Amino acid sequence: MGFLDIKKATKSYGAMQVLHETNISVEEGEFLVLVGPSGCGKSTLLNMIAGLEEVTSGEIAIRNQRMNEVRPADRNIAMVFQSYALYPNMNVAQNIAFGLEMHGVPKPKRDEAVRDVAELLQITQLLTRKPGQLSGGQRQRVAMGRALVRDPDVFLFDEPLSNLDAKLRVDMRTEIKKLHQKLGTTIVYVTHDQIEALTLSTRIAVMFGGHVQQLGTPKEIYDNPANMFVAGFMGSPSMNLFQAKIAVANGVPQAEFSLESGQIGVLPIVDPSVASHAGRSVILGIRPEAITDLDGADRNSKAIHTVKANVEITEPAGSDTFVVSAFGGTEITGRFRADVDVKPGDVFPFAVNMEKAVLFDPETEQRI
Amino acid sequence: MAGGASDTVVRTGRTSRFVIYTILTVFCIYYLLPLYVMVVNSLKPLDEIRGGGMLSLPQAWTLAPWSSAWSTAQIGVEATGLRPYFLNSILMVVPAVVISTLLGALNGYVLTKWRFRGDTIIFGLMLFGCFIPFQMVLIPMARMLGLMGLAGTVPGLVFVHLVYGIGFSTLYFRNYYAQFPTELVRAAMIDGAGFFKIFQRIMLPSSGPIAVVCIIWQFTNIWNDFLFGASFADFDSQPMTVALNNLVSSSTGVKEYNVHFAGAIMAALPTLLVYVVAGRFFVRGLMAGSVKG
Amino acid sequence: MVQSVPSRQGPGDWLRSALPKLVLSPSLALVVIFVYGFIFFTFYLSMTDSRILPSFGYVGLENYEKLFRLRSWSIAVDNLFVFGGLYIVICCVLGLALAILLDQKIRAEGAIRTIYLYPMALSFIVTGTAWKWFLDPGIGLEAVVQGWGWESFTFDWIKNRQMAIYTIVIAAVWQTSGFVMAMFLAGLRGIDNEVLKAAQIDGASNWALYRRIVIPQLRPAFMSAFVVLAHMAIKSYDLVIALTNGGPGRATELPATFMYSYTFTRNQMGIGAASATIMLMTIAAIIVPYLWSELREKS
Repeated sequence: MGFLDIKKATKSYGAMQVLHETNISVEEGEFLVLVGPSGCGKSTLLNMIAGLEEVTSGEIAIRNQRMNEVRPADRNIAMVFQSYALYPNMNVAQNIAFGLEMHGVPKPKRDEAVRDVAELLQITQLLTRKPGQLSGGQRQRVAMGRALVRDPDVFLFDEPLSNLDAKLRVDMRTEIKKLHQKLGTTIVYVTHDQIEALTLSTRIAVMFGGHVQQLGTPKEIYDNPANMFVAGFMGSPSMNLFQAKIAVANGVPQAEFSLESGQIGVLPIVDPSVASHAGRSVILGIRPEAITDLDGADRNSKAIHTVKANVEITEPAGSDTFVVSAFGGTEITGRFRADVDVKPGDVFPFAVNMEKAVLFDPETEQRI
Repeated sequence: MAGGASDTVVRTGRTSRFVIYTILTVFCIYYLLPLYVMVVNSLKPLDEIRGGGMLSLPQAWTLAPWSSAWSTAQIGVEATGLRPYFLNSILMVVPAVVISTLLGALNGYVLTKWRFRGDTIIFGLMLFGCFIPFQMVLIPMARMLGLMGLAGTVPGLVFVHLVYGIGFSTLYFRNYYAQFPTELVRAAMIDGAGFFKIFQRIMLPSSGPIAVVCIIWQFTNIWNDFLFGASFADFDSQPMTVALNNLVSSSTGVKEYNVHFAGAIMAALPTLLVYVVAGRFFVRGLMAGSVKG
Repeated sequence: MVQSVPSRQGPGDWLRSALPKLVLSPSLALVVIFVYGFIFFTFYLSMTDSRILPSFGYVGLENYEKLFRLRSWSIAVDNLFVFGGLYIVICCVLGLALAILLDQKIRAEGAIRTIYLYPMALSFIVTGTAWKWFLDPGIGLEAVVQGWGWESFTFDWIKNRQMAIYTIVIAAVWQTSGFVMAMFLAGLRGIDNEVLKAAQIDGASNWALYRRIVIPQLRPAFMSAFVVLAHMAIKSYDLVIALTNGGPGRATELPATFMYSYTFTRNQMGIGAASATIMLMTIAAIIVPYLWSELREKS
């Protein structure tokens, strides 16, 4: 039993099922991020936790109390919306205090709570302004203040940063993380941005097509994606996924794949049990940072192997240079050090850290 | 209406601009001419009009037609002037506008923020009610007002206008609230506000513009109505439009054109005033009512 | 959309979840009774032998047969075609032309718009009164022009059986064309300027620009204008009463005035109800498809 339990929850609109049976148990103080492309069911799930959408079957429980029939106002939750949803006719202080007022908190206590929250979020000087007079970042803070002041059991965030410009988004991300560490509250956070998910969360649920594809810590999700969708969705540039064939040489399993030059690239696989798949086609997944120039390769890895391949394009990105080639007929990207001298048309040794490689079944798209 | 926000990028030469301004001016005259005729002729003695001077300014200015139209002209059988009927119109318009606007706001709120199965059909039914030829309801309504004891009274007219005003009020508020972010309603729900609290604290304070539009629309329509007034009012409960028509078309005695014009301006003044004062909203309201269904 | 969330079953919670529907129900009840109930009632009356008072002797379609044999009904219907056709066409042409002219970065656009639109705020009774005397040959335009020295000038349409219906058109166009202009102006303002720029770069003349790019994009505005004007034409009553009172003779009788006089002054309620039903069906044929498409788009 966790703090917030989602048990066999589903959601359908008529015949259309938008959320398939979902089980997630969130511990007190956890920061759970629901991430996925639009239409994956993440916002629906969040709205079900909030009580804004009915649960078709299954149960939502907070502190072991079934919440399905409880009104949103009585669930002791607070929510930060994508549009911030600040009441345009009220000033900042009234916005923050509205929830307390509705719950019958007397005025002096409300004022005190608003003051405290405003101080915490450094928006004291904005309290008498109307939402229309605030910048995007300030509105964001007010929206958080409105949630914080309620001192709820669970905070729900619905893509709270997606309306901010790139720089502000990074700043606010850090602030949300700080706030979580300081207050230790339980948070469920919806985003489509995988970087937000990785940086903020203690655990991530990657969702697609109404299913939770994988639930785990950011490291688990990143290093051990459960399937090709998770592998491709999390990380930027996304994980290279290309076709290879398993063969066994000297008792060691290896992946063989075609190169542009017509030659066959060979990469030995670390896990000896893969030998049992000899002769089968697989999808090999390797992150760009595990494909480097030789000097840039991870010194701690015991499985660096090189593949000589044609360089098709180079994309200098300041700190790194992304180098594009083709493995197994698919474009792959390697992350080279910025000052490596490499030009399109070169045949260059790509150093691959096979400790980080993962294998997928091409039929089921699941991890092998 | 985007008040000059994005004019066309079409460029025009000097000659064509001259032609354009000329045409626009000619039509200004066309639209203003009847108003001019009404005003100048309400301020001159009858014989000046009879002498073919309808388009000239008064030679002997006089307010007598106005005072006659207001307080002494023969309306039907009594020489009361239009004053009592003006009062009837006020007594009819104010409650009908206020109630139908309030109901429209509540309906619009339910139809956009508390949607349920079949809500669009209900809205469609209400909307169609705006467009029916009211000839279709005259006979049963006359009976119904009799049954309700409201036949021939101002409250009876209030009721009729209220019933047939709901559709347009609902249309305005529904279209307006449809643009109103639903996230705000959700936020208020989580904050613990109920159905009426959300309406009162979140929706109503943001409804100023559409309320103005709706009030102007209802005010104009109800003030200008003739059919219901002519069908359901008694002599002592007639609205202004019916009284004006009685004044103008009474076949007895001398036709006092100047008094007729003064009376017509009196009947037009309230709506004209509203239009001039809040014209921008009026235009926007008409657009909202007709362009978006 | 927010869905009503069912809460723990108790009387208070039932009330809470039913509240939105309860709030809507009085309005719905009024509409159901006073619009649809009454429509049904009148429709039923049209198939009875009602005369001065409603009566419930069923006569089938007899009233409709009588109606279509009545000379004054066919005059009213013919008049409606003449009046409605001219009214809609002239309002649309004039409204579109004025809207295009007013869209050329005109100085004082706001003032001109106000002048074009104000007649819409007037009662048809006021409009009728003003035009009635202005068009009266004895004192109005004819007398004025003759007074200027053009002795042979005649303009007596309002007294002329053949021409009187056109005076209704003149006054109605005066009242509504500014409103149609506003609808087209809003449509013009909604057109993406980049498309126009692109067309200009492609070498389109102003004339081609409007004919090929702009006017085709005003289709929704044309639709709305047509629906509004058509239903106003069919409902036209006040203006006729104030301007000509259906005369001279029956020259300007329209279905709306026909219905009123047959029902309330000639005590032929069954026939009056039948004519009202025909009016309703005509309007419904125009309005229902329009509302249907508008509402379906939205939901």
